[in-house]
Amino acid sequence: MSVHPITIIVFAVLFVAVAFLGLFGARWRAGDLSQLSEWGLGGRSFGTLITWFLLGGDLYTAYTFIAVPALMFGAGATGFFAVPYAALMYPMVFIAFPRLWSVAKAHGYITAADFVKGRFGHRWLALAIAVTGLVAVMPYIALQLVGMQVVIAALGLDYNVVVPVLGNVSAPLLAAFVVLSAFTYTSGLRGTALIAVAKDLLVYITVLAAIIIIPAELGGYGKVFDAVPPAQLLLPPAPDHSLGAGFGYITLALGSLLALFLYPHSVTGILSSSSRHVIRRNAILLPAYSVALALIALLGYMAVASGVNRMPEYTEGFKSFGNNFAVPALFLHMFPHWFAGLAFAAIAIGAMMPASIMAIACGNLFTRNIYKEFIAPDCAPQTEARMAKIVAFVAKLGALFFVLEMQTAYAIQLQLLGGIWICQTVPSVLLALYVRLDPRALLAGWASGVGLGTWMVAQLGFKASVYPLHIAGWTIPCYAAVSALLVNLLVSIVLTWVLKAMGSSAARDETVAADYI
Amino acid sequence: MPDDKPLNAGGRKFHPVYLFLLIPYAAWAWPPFYNRLTPEVFGIPFFYWWQIFGIFLTAACIVPVYLFEEGRRK
Repeated sequence: MSVHPITIIVFAVLFVAVAFLGLFGARWRAGDLSQLSEWGLGGRSFGTLITWFLLGGDLYTAYTFIAVPALMFGAGATGFFAVPYAALMYPMVFIAFPRLWSVAKAHGYITAADFVKGRFGHRWLALAIAVTGLVAVMPYIALQLVGMQVVIAALGLDYNVVVPVLGNVSAPLLAAFVVLSAFTYTSGLRGTALIAVAKDLLVYITVLAAIIIIPAELGGYGKVFDAVPPAQLLLPPAPDHSLGAGFGYITLALGSLLALFLYPHSVTGILSSSSRHVIRRNAILLPAYSVALALIALLGYMAVASGVNRMPEYTEGFKSFGNNFAVPALFLHMFPHWFAGLAFAAIAIGAMMPASIMAIACGNLFTRNIYKEFIAPDCAPQTEARMAKIVAFVAKLGALFFVLEMQTAYAIQLQLLGGIWICQTVPSVLLALYVRLDPRALLAGWASGVGLGTWMVAQLGFKASVYPLHIAGWTIPCYAAVSALLVNLLVSIVLTWVLKAMGSSAARDETVAADYI
Repeated sequence: MPDDKPLNAGGRKFHPVYLFLLIPYAAWAWPPFYNRLTPEVFGIPFFYWWQIFGIFLTAACIVPVYLFEEGRRK
């Protein structure tokens, strides 16, 4: 497969320009970067616009832009669950997350586990929340690198170099990794925020062009939908005594939206804003990305209509990356050479930027809730910041190792499990903004939710996450995260009630009602 | 739980404007309603354009609540 040199040149120029922007970020509104809240939260200084770019770039990652259309391309209507998911999270963000911001500001919390520790005074519950976050976000970083691999392969830049320990490594992937690590280390969240602006502009330009140019060349939207096999255009109708695929569809959206804002990188994005009003305004403005996501999802159908999967020049890509190759192939086939370069730069930078926030969030979590809590309780603030930077680097190195040494399938399976696990922190974090259950009961609920969710996915062979429940002769296809969360809530509430009846009182709550408003 | 917080910690009273926030959830609550092909708009089947419209609806439903809270802040 040969790619036009202009495509590669445009890609390379944009990529290098953005990398410089990230390194320059250290000097933008410079703060004392030896402090953890400066490096890891950008000094809680971002206004409405920067937060919009930062959260937008953070939540709608390159992997989303590759995987959602890939799902539509392969499975059809089910893949569109990303749309209710990306819309229905915002009323919740509007109501709940200003409360998290306020209480975090009042007590200097940097992570969700910090809040749990303060709210419940229970270090083991806080540890459970921190570990859940770390385990869930690691495969997410790996998937960003997978997104980058797809782009590199599509550009035909897959030159390998031999590196000690890691063995054969794709040279462009290694270069991207070095750039990513360098700007994360030196500028922290500030550099990432600057990159987010550049990335999102490129993404919007690409999406706008794609939804105008591609359907026009294919003969209109009607032709695009006509090309999709009719059975895939809608969710399959429900059989007798079953709630049908529709229920699985909506629980998938529900579980995903509950989980999304509890991921460590989302919490980092939320807490870096300069006021609670910034979050509320963003709940209205961020759906703009959801519209872009819906249109990107439809790129999967455009790939079907264009027939790229039957073209010999893309056979190899589809063989290596499966349906994830649908969008890159579509861009190469449909766009002028220079514009394909721009679109690929958007995806590659769109992988770097969330990977950077995720790594920063890992650094914050490990340092605050494991290192400082259990290993070195009285470390200096400078040590804290240095530790977080090192952990952020190790997290990325781990992700690189994962992508190179293991099969991509494992990263995808772990990410699937991660979503289910992170959903089990809802009673201890999201619900705790309103109701304080007993921390011991919450820990038991968390354990049962994680256990049950993992068991259900194991029953499905780690390939799917919608587990059919059989209750009173009815089949209920339900996203495992949601059914596990219901059990988790039930255990937490019943045990809280039992402990209260036994007259056993839980530890002190350091937050007061006024902290939340 | 003696140290439990009331649902609206901070003494806020519930105001009906918050019911706007339930509308988007209602729009998606019943999949058999939107799991259909017609009516089409610009050749886009109902299932797809309804849900894209739902995103705009969601943002629009937050606006009155936002304005209400801004007004109360002053």
